[in-house]
Amino acid sequence: MATQTFHKKIETVSPTRERVMGLVFLTLAFCIFFFFSRDTAAGQMTKFELTPGGLATVLPAWVLPTMSTLNILAIFAAVLGGVQLARGFKHYTNWVLALVVAFFVFGFLVWAAAGKSLNIGGLLATTLSKSVPITLGALSGILGERAGIINIAIEGMMLTGAMVGTLVGSLTNSWLGLVGATLTGGLMGLLLGVLSIKYKANQIIAGTVINILATGLTSYISAKFMQRYMEINNPQIFKSFPIPGLADIPFLGQILFNNNLFVYALFLFLILLQLGLFYTRWGLRMRAVGEHPKAADTLGINVIRTRYFSVMLGGMMAGFGGAYFTLGSVGRFDEMMTAGRGFIGLAAMIFGNWMPFGAFGAGLLFGFADSLASRLAILQIDIPSQFLLMAPYVATMIVLAGVVGRGQAPASEGIPYEKE
Amino acid sequence: MHPTCQHLSGVSLDEKTSKKQDAGKIFLEEVTSPPPDQRGLKRFGRILLIPVLAVFTGLVIGGIFIALTSENIYEAFGRSFGAGLIEALQTVGEAYVALFTGAFGSPVRIITALQSGDGLEIRRAFNPILESLVTSTPYIFAGLSVALGFRAGVFNIGAEGQIFMGAAAATFAGYALKGLPGIIHIPLALLAGAVGGGIWGLIPGWLKAKTGGHEVINTIMMNYIAFRLSDWLLTGPMKRPDSFSPVSPMIEQSAMLPRFFDDPIRFHLGFFVALGVAWLVWWFMFKTTWGFELRTVGANPFASRYAGMNVARNTILAMTLAGALAGLAGANEVLGVNHYLAMAFSSGYGFDSIALALLGNSHPLGVVLASLLFGTLRNGATPMQVSLGIPNDIIMVLQAIILMFIAAPAIIRTIYRLKKPTKEQPVANFKM
Repeated sequence: MATQTFHKKIETVSPTRERVMGLVFLTLAFCIFFFFSRDTAAGQMTKFELTPGGLATVLPAWVLPTMSTLNILAIFAAVLGGVQLARGFKHYTNWVLALVVAFFVFGFLVWAAAGKSLNIGGLLATTLSKSVPITLGALSGILGERAGIINIAIEGMMLTGAMVGTLVGSLTNSWLGLVGATLTGGLMGLLLGVLSIKYKANQIIAGTVINILATGLTSYISAKFMQRYMEINNPQIFKSFPIPGLADIPFLGQILFNNNLFVYALFLFLILLQLGLFYTRWGLRMRAVGEHPKAADTLGINVIRTRYFSVMLGGMMAGFGGAYFTLGSVGRFDEMMTAGRGFIGLAAMIFGNWMPFGAFGAGLLFGFADSLASRLAILQIDIPSQFLLMAPYVATMIVLAGVVGRGQAPASEGIPYEKE
Repeated sequence: MHPTCQHLSGVSLDEKTSKKQDAGKIFLEEVTSPPPDQRGLKRFGRILLIPVLAVFTGLVIGGIFIALTSENIYEAFGRSFGAGLIEALQTVGEAYVALFTGAFGSPVRIITALQSGDGLEIRRAFNPILESLVTSTPYIFAGLSVALGFRAGVFNIGAEGQIFMGAAAATFAGYALKGLPGIIHIPLALLAGAVGGGIWGLIPGWLKAKTGGHEVINTIMMNYIAFRLSDWLLTGPMKRPDSFSPVSPMIEQSAMLPRFFDDPIRFHLGFFVALGVAWLVWWFMFKTTWGFELRTVGANPFASRYAGMNVARNTILAMTLAGALAGLAGANEVLGVNHYLAMAFSSGYGFDSIALALLGNSHPLGVVLASLLFGTLRNGATPMQVSLGIPNDIIMVLQAIILMFIAAPAIIRTIYRLKKPTKEQPVANFKM
């Protein structure tokens, strides 16, 4: 009986949700028409420039008639809403939702840039670079949580990574700085592991300890040494370099393959982690430990060792992500410079349903909101950019509430394992 | 049959319920686990033992850290080992003396000031210790917020955002209402602060009760929403008209919490309000039916559901009250100290309050004592920074170390070779 109800839950979407989603689609369609389309004068044009910057322009600007584009978007969204209400998209609903939201965002851009020009290439390039630390943070969270260790200390690990990266990078060279940052992150991961695995401390408290410790230590060392002696706070940064061949792909190639080391490393980690988690023995074991440690233990997997390994790997990932702030962008360390990116990474992990590529998608979304917000002022839009910046957090809460389908957190996360 | 379903069908009901136990709940079981069957002083000593040792060990490790980061010590060690050791002890000693005179005032200065009879000089001499109380006041509120949450089975990690919303609401009530007498205006502004923070607690509480969204993540998200909102409020609707920086207008004179002494002493009524609220929280938690329900739900939601208690309602209530308490912390800072709202002025209280609640064993009296300790340390750290060049961030390091020992008392037991308590073993008695 219980199995059957569960079966149903997986296979079908509840009719109420189908209807609610249909109404959401229609509302978005209406919003595109009412707020954007009706607000534009006839004959206005929207110009999207497609120059990500860095390399020579290849594509000409993309000019769209504002009003008719908006009307077409509204009609498409409305049709999708109608189909949803009449038949329902069943388990494709979330994809259709993503599509309609994308229509809405595109409509917003078309409206915002009406009569002006907006550099979409630049917007997307900033989106990618802003998403790097967030996604690396999310990957760190995934590594921990898939093995059953909640890591809310990503922020602290990043901060220490950023600082040690700068210190070592200034004293030696940036490559060693990167290694130093990664190892420091791993050390913080080990601390989280010792507290939560060996001493079975509450994992959220253990994470809080690390966050406070990292903030205190880095601010202390920064105030005492790094702000006074500039020679230890001045590492070489990793410069962007195009990947031959791939960077010549028009538009996308320039955005994706003309970056610095961190972006390429992110791509690599994403693929490795996605494959590793779901197609290797290592990943299977790790997930087993996170879902049902007792069963994993019975089958001969060393739960404790797997957890230590994962949480340290997660720490290293966060430390590497922290180095992005100093060695990958500004080239100096400032107190509290991660500015909550670790927590946003945590949100991106949840948003992405504990999947590497899902987290990357969420990271891009967060980065997009961030880079769009900074452009609103340039486009002279009256919407306060703060509300746009809030949107990702609100969206995470909505996802967490199960409105868009509940994510699947590893079942045993947060519970210390005790061998019987 | 779908492979996933096959897997799921193998899960028994028992395991499903144990799966549902999230970190917060397990933690609550730890915190609210009944005290060992002991009475009187011995029991009191046992409760105090770990926190006191944790603070002591924290100070020792902090001292070692200060020594390690002082250049002069390395020079002295270069001369000879003995000289280095003396230098190290001297540096750490100086640092802690500066910390304590910064926090309590220097006895010599107090005596000379009293002898001279100069009013301003007396006030200056007594200012440090009163300023420590001023610093402790928001800690008391925020610590109570997290402690109440812990007792009721929710982990309020969002005190930061709630403090800000409380502060914003209190500021608005402080400057927008005009012509009220203080006796009405002050309570009204405080109430506004409590409501502002309460709403910020209510939302994650409601989400947890109705959808199961974890309050830890939701309160973190609410923190960031509060920051953005504050940014907008202070550059838009609540911006001071004649100012270029993002600050709110000054609150009315009638909304300011009265100060007891002339300048420079900022000691104000808020401290006593905090003590009153702490008593009220104690009375509510331990002497009323509602408080009993809250604690029961916190200790064991399954049992309390069978006993006919409304778990959802209690969760919402707990988060709202926790938010309101944190909101009062913000209101207190605006009405008592700053008199206007500035951007993200509360930074750091959110995590500190978790440390406070844990150090105080989630008991109002414990929270008050822990807040006095942290407030004192923090207040003493600034003069230490000025006179000795030791950054006041050392306090955060101390806090982290103390919190680590509280969270994992087994470390303290190992260091001091303490016996494991026979009955209560707070960190390891999980039910799997």
